[in-house]
Amino acid sequence: MSKYLLDKFLFTVDRDPDLVERYREDPAGTVAWWEEEMANRLLGCHSGEASTWLAFSDDERRALVGHDHVTLFRMGAHPFLTLTLFIAMFERDHGPLEYQRAYGAALSDLSLPYPDIAT
Amino acid sequence: MATVAAVVASTHHPFYYRASTSTAADRPPFADEWVAKIERFRDTLAAAQPDVLVMVGSDHFHQLWLDNMPQFLVGKAPFYDGNFYNEEREFGLPRMTLKGQEDLSTHILRNGIDAGFDLAFSNELRIDHSITCPIITLRPEADLPIVPVYTNIFAPPMPRPERFVELGRTLRALVESWPSDLRVAIVGTGHLSLELGGPRQFGPHGPDPEFDAKAVEWIATGDVEGCLREVTLDSLHTPGNATHGFMDFMLMMGAAGDGVAADHVDSLDLFHTMEAYFTWYPKDSELAP
Repeated sequence: MSKYLLDKFLFTVDRDPDLVERYREDPAGTVAWWEEEMANRLLGCHSGEASTWLAFSDDERRALVGHDHVTLFRMGAHPFLTLTLFIAMFERDHGPLEYQRAYGAALSDLSLPYPDIAT
Repeated sequence: MATVAAVVASTHHPFYYRASTSTAADRPPFADEWVAKIERFRDTLAAAQPDVLVMVGSDHFHQLWLDNMPQFLVGKAPFYDGNFYNEEREFGLPRMTLKGQEDLSTHILRNGIDAGFDLAFSNELRIDHSITCPIITLRPEADLPIVPVYTNIFAPPMPRPERFVELGRTLRALVESWPSDLRVAIVGTGHLSLELGGPRQFGPHGPDPEFDAKAVEWIATGDVEGCLREVTLDSLHTPGNATHGFMDFMLMMGAAGDGVAADHVDSLDLFHTMEAYFTWYPKDSELAP
């Protein structure tokens, strides 16, 4: 399991307006493309340089494809990254703060200590 | 040597800009009270007549990332652009460009490293809302040169709270040893209890009002010792999963001085998180009561 790679997905999609829309409209296609093309790309480095070893587990891939923020939280994905990206994708479909409150309510089964987010 | 004109500690609420500039039906009911408190707070900085601002904040995974994450970083650049696409998108924050005070950056880096902090540096740093929000609230003219100081309150493993306090003490000493006639305000922003992306987010108050009351008291009275007795990296998970931002307030307590009470204390109980504002003037300042 790679919390780092989940975070890298959330981080790189959140910072790219086109990718935010692609992930909203076509999560399965976007996650498959991203894992193939982006997962191993070294950010802030010579273009074309890539790592050789990063891949999602089946559970991680499924959580991302399912836009499943509850499972991502349980897996220890960084909650700030998940929240920011999911607000960008879904707040528009709801009234003021309605999405943020529902997002929190969906996590109401969680109690302290929360899953560890250390990478 | 340079003068510490004031030490200023604040929350950095990214919703303030939109709340304070919205009108008619878009204007939230708490906006007028919020603006009034911010304007009083802003006056406390203006009264100190600073020439330069040392700005303590924390990048929110904008430029700094997990493949190369510094614990403490000082900007050294002639200019700093401000705010990122996703902050415009979510908070409506404006783009801005601030001048840098490079010679103070050089002084803080060289002497900070020599004082035992292996500070990272950046020659091209884009500052995010942890620094642009206090510019908007405290110095909307955005006319003073800055030295940005970033801390890691976001990505474990983080430095312990004691280290933040110590960096605050060191920063103040570094400003006081800067060979310059300028007046420097040290301005830093953090959080009280805060939950982001968890079950307690966006409640009617901050997630832990009891913690917030204690925190305001520690800061207002300069009770570094009492604060350090209760606050640890582990304990900060309890008031809310983003409460490690409180360590930037602890840094500012270190800069203000152990046992030194703030000259201006204010707070505002908002939904989601409590706002809090503090200003300290130097003992010999005519602004100090």
